[in-house]
Amino acid sequence: MTLTSDVDLSGAETAEMTTAVAMNSALDLALAADPRVLLLGEDIADPSGGVFKVTRGLSTRHGTSRVRDTPIAEQSILGAAIGAALAGYRPVAEVMFFDFVTVAMDQLVNHAAKFRYLSGGQHPVPITVRTVVGNSRFGAQHSQSLEAWFMHTPGIKVAFPSTPSDAKGLLASCVFDDDPCLFIEHVALHYSQKEPVPTGEHRVPLGQAAVRRAGDDVTVISYGAQMPGVLAAADTLAGEGISAEVVDLRTLVPLDFPTVLASVARTRRAVVVHGATRFAGPGAEIAATITEELFEELAHPVTRLGARYVPTPFLASGLEPLPVAADVVGAVRRLASS
Amino acid sequence: MTDTQLAQPHAPAGLPPLAVLERMYEVMRTVTVTDERARAEAKAGRMPAAFYPVRGLEGVCAALGAVLTPDDHLVSTYRNLADTVAKGVPLRAVIAELHGRVPGSSKGKGGTMHMHHDPSGLMATTGIVGSGLPIAAGLALGAQLDGGGRAVAVTFGDGATSIGAYHEAMNLAALWHLPLVFVCQNNMWAEHTPIAAYAPSTALAERAAAYNMAADAVDGFDPIETWRVLGAAVARARAGEGPTFVECRTYRLVGHTSSADYSYMPPAELDAALARDPAPTFRAWLADGDHVAPARLDEIDKAVDTGVDDAFDFAQSAPHPEPGAIYDDVFADRTWVEGR
Ligand SMILES: Cc1ncc(C[n+]2csc(CCOP(=O)(O)OP(=O)(O)O)c2C)c(N)n1
Ligand SMILES: [Mg+2]
Repeated sequence: MTLTSDVDLSGAETAEMTTAVAMNSALDLALAADPRVLLLGEDIADPSGGVFKVTRGLSTRHGTSRVRDTPIAEQSILGAAIGAALAGYRPVAEVMFFDFVTVAMDQLVNHAAKFRYLSGGQHPVPITVRTVVGNSRFGAQHSQSLEAWFMHTPGIKVAFPSTPSDAKGLLASCVFDDDPCLFIEHVALHYSQKEPVPTGEHRVPLGQAAVRRAGDDVTVISYGAQMPGVLAAADTLAGEGISAEVVDLRTLVPLDFPTVLASVARTRRAVVVHGATRFAGPGAEIAATITEELFEELAHPVTRLGARYVPTPFLASGLEPLPVAADVVGAVRRLASS
Repeated sequence: MTDTQLAQPHAPAGLPPLAVLERMYEVMRTVTVTDERARAEAKAGRMPAAFYPVRGLEGVCAALGAVLTPDDHLVSTYRNLADTVAKGVPLRAVIAELHGRVPGSSKGKGGTMHMHHDPSGLMATTGIVGSGLPIAAGLALGAQLDGGGRAVAVTFGDGATSIGAYHEAMNLAALWHLPLVFVCQNNMWAEHTPIAAYAPSTALAERAAAYNMAADAVDGFDPIETWRVLGAAVARARAGEGPTFVECRTYRLVGHTSSADYSYMPPAELDAALARDPAPTFRAWLADGDHVAPARLDEIDKAVDTGVDDAFDFAQSAPHPEPGAIYDDVFADRTWVEGR
């Protein structure tokens, strides 16, 4: 299905782009605009152009000194990105799968996220780490959605776009942000949707959610790869006469609580949906905040849908750990009738 | 000097000029006196901080400081007092940081293990063993992309050569010919474990051959020889000739932390090392060889002691951060952070 961003594209020259192409465009423009932008990662240079082809053509256009293939060494990819940032550069490091960030957690959590603070503001770390959530076709070590770990780490911003246009705009914002940013992609989104995306400079500010669909009865809050399913569920529900408002968070840090709370204050009912594990997942923080702020207004406790508390079972097993559109429909129906 | 057959930096013969000799001695004395004082303050409860003594490293750090310029970048560890002083961080800023006070180099919120001082080129220190090495590789990449001329040094202990980050950084630095000097401060101990108990080969410099990297090993109790070897390594970095691994062999003259015991350290070994205590040994050499006049050395001693007293007085009378400062510098903008 095609998702349409809420971005006002009037006047801008646009082209139909997939998420992968839109990100490529953001990186291309950033490399062209600022000689301090560097790309580091495994197999990112041509002819490979990255295992998901997001960086295709960039080393040819901007040189292998700025678009650098690295050894298979995530600690030193992220460590070198941090060091280059301290030296005045704006490195964008690619970690092939989110699961592999675990071997470089130290650099991200203990160093990138902390240097601004520990240096009393002297040493900000303007790096962007691009990484990819895989799917269960790859099994349990190539499919984890670990964003909650980083929401739980003060000092690092977290973006997780769901549309090509947002992918371009958020990636550009991350690259030029003065703080470390974790930019999360999902394999299921790289090539699944196309929409008109500005061909030139395009930014989506970090910390602004988008209301993808206006509604009155229930607010569904989600982001990233769950968004297509959530919007499909909203369509189904509309056919039943239930009007769901859909909020796409787009960034998890900073998280746009004003938009979330304004919506729930109207609908008085909320469902949070994510691909991260439900237990202690991002939805727990969102549900708790809604409850703290809007307890009197709520018609029903906030419902959370997330991945079951299991390692991802292999796709071919037929077992499904993630919430699907039917789960969203069911949860919203229950809330709407409460 | 070296026990390896590896590519070696060509150490210059001759002695450092007088001003450098004097500065090296000043740094060594400052470090010795400050280290003793910091441990005393910690023990007395006036400095509530985990402090990692640097006694034994004075000569290594003074030599490194003497071959780096303020524009060169340095990454150090939790055991960083001698590195910070040698790199030129003002002593008041160092000591105020150890006390968590506003005029500290990180405004009091970093502490002993997290010293940063941009004007002196002290770019990071870390409490995670080995993690500074990949970051230094990135700084060296920056220096290389800037067009060369700036050198980067990273200090780390012998124990850090066991961790993965060390290997990744050595590999990357050699692969990319980065202008980086790996300064291994081998004090023969990793916490309570002696080097022979954790390293299958204790000739640490020899490992560099596996990365096709130049390397040397030097007696870290000999500041002049260390100055030569580190100087050559920095010169290679500046000339675009790639990274060098330098193992500086010293001995930890006190416990792992300011409160540690010595029970596990062989007394004969420790005594032999204490007999070579770097600052007094260097002072005697300077005086006996007529390199620096005794009256000048007395002057330096006096100035150092006054400076150390001043830094502690300054730190202990400086303010702690205001409560609201807790939300500063998480991000560039504190609005979202505040109260969360
Ligand atoms: C990753 C990590 N593991 C363990 C520690 C605890 N630790 C602190 S210092 C130290 C010993 C390190 O020895 P060495 O590298 O020789 O440095 P030294 O303390 O002797 O200067 C250890 C194990 C740590 N800080 N970081
Ligand atoms: Mg040691």
